[in-house]
Amino acid sequence: MAPRQRGATDPAGERELLSAGDVARTVARMAHQIIEKTALDAPSAPAVVLMGIPTRGAPLARRLAVKIAEFSGVEVPTGTLDVTLYRDDLRRGPTRPLEATKLPEGGVDDKLVVLVDDVLFSGRTIRAALDALRDHGRPRAVQLAVLVDRGHRELPIRADYVGKNVPTARTEEVHVLLDEFDQRDGVVLR
Amino acid sequence: MKHLLSTEGIDPAQATAILDTAASLKQALEGREVRKLPTLRGRTVITMFYEASTRTRVSFEIAGKWMSADVVNVSSSGSSVGKGESLRDTALTLAAAGADCVIVRHPASGAAHRLAGWLRAAGTSVVNAGDGMHEHPTQALLDAATLRERLGDLRDRRIAIVGDVLHSRVARSNVHLLTALGADVTLVAPPTLLPTGVESWPVTISHELDAELPSLDAVMLLRVQAERMHGGFFPSAREYSISYGLSERRLKLLPEHAVVLHPGPMLRGMEIASAVADSPRAAITDQVRNGVHVRMAVLYHLLAHEEENA
Repeated sequence: MAPRQRGATDPAGERELLSAGDVARTVARMAHQIIEKTALDAPSAPAVVLMGIPTRGAPLARRLAVKIAEFSGVEVPTGTLDVTLYRDDLRRGPTRPLEATKLPEGGVDDKLVVLVDDVLFSGRTIRAALDALRDHGRPRAVQLAVLVDRGHRELPIRADYVGKNVPTARTEEVHVLLDEFDQRDGVVLR
Repeated sequence: MKHLLSTEGIDPAQATAILDTAASLKQALEGREVRKLPTLRGRTVITMFYEASTRTRVSFEIAGKWMSADVVNVSSSGSSVGKGESLRDTALTLAAAGADCVIVRHPASGAAHRLAGWLRAAGTSVVNAGDGMHEHPTQALLDAATLRERLGDLRDRRIAIVGDVLHSRVARSNVHLLTALGADVTLVAPPTLLPTGVESWPVTISHELDAELPSLDAVMLLRVQAERMHGGFFPSAREYSISYGLSERRLKLLPEHAVVLHPGPMLRGMEIASAVADSPRAAITDQVRNGVHVRMAVLYHLLAHEEENA
């Protein structure tokens, strides 16, 4: 497949927002920002854990942890947090399959939890994640990292770490593609 | 899914989806301080039990409560059923009172199907928690969940269902579900405790337990249902136990990995030796534990989606 021009629209009506290289650079930059903002490599550092929201938040959290270890030497525990059972829109569609919830070793009590998701849109997923997290323990603080913020918030929620801000129309769909699920990395607008 | 009335003809994909949900729920709730999920907040679940039950009723009630549904229990004694109200009128009353789901156990085979018909207009979901000698689908689902935990995929697994098949709704539901999931099911029972028409079931029939044991992946024992027996189905309890009871000697004939199940309540010394019931090979308490997660999953698949016109 020929490399595509960023911003070019292919015949399927798909516009590339981030290439595979952009995704890698963006994840690396977010890792640096997390290290800086949480000061996790300082002597009196808070215990940081990354909780990915399935599906695509989970591998993103693991990738961030790898980069954080590479840049700071600190191994940050990761976990996954499925929010399906906490959603407020379950009765607006067919039955949703559940994803895995796996807390990191040592749980989330008194930890600085960084929630990781692929796209921040209405904010409802994060609202559900905050509720879910509360049932698993009492973190010292909660932060949010997203690869793409596409706007159109319906709740007073904002991210602490944003890979890329993308202005979108409400009807457009932003898809984050990750090798683990999609056989390639990238972010496209459909 | 609108109702869960039987496992006969169940779509294997639907059954697998429920079992996967149950496994996820179990994992999500493990080690948590707060064993409560907000998923079914504001939904009302009513259990209607016209027959004695401990584990099934309690299991449904806990399942509903852990999903944050409001659970109301109705039993035949102490309700208007005792005054002679018909099943249909009781059901319509409960639907009018706001039930989103009615869970029914009834001595008449087919009661849950009738109920689903009567409640169509009200849009209430119905779960069959055991109807006479017909079906008990959530028991089969929890048995399958327990077997999947111990054995993995059930395709081509050899599972024997032993004992009073004739009176057993558990056996019927398991035959349909386990074969739908690809298992190879053998019924082991005296000819007097097999139903007529069993030849048309997708199973193998055997009368010799010892001959089957060495090749089994799981053995499921059934309770001898004395309350449904009027007449001599077998000469004596002792003779039944000698021919079909799972003794310690028989346990040794099973392969090392094989699992022993019993839906309960069990009659120790009759269908199962006490030492076998308490051995690590028996998954009987796992069955009860999984029952809660399976019933949570069933409620999730029935109630946590948009309204269907079915």
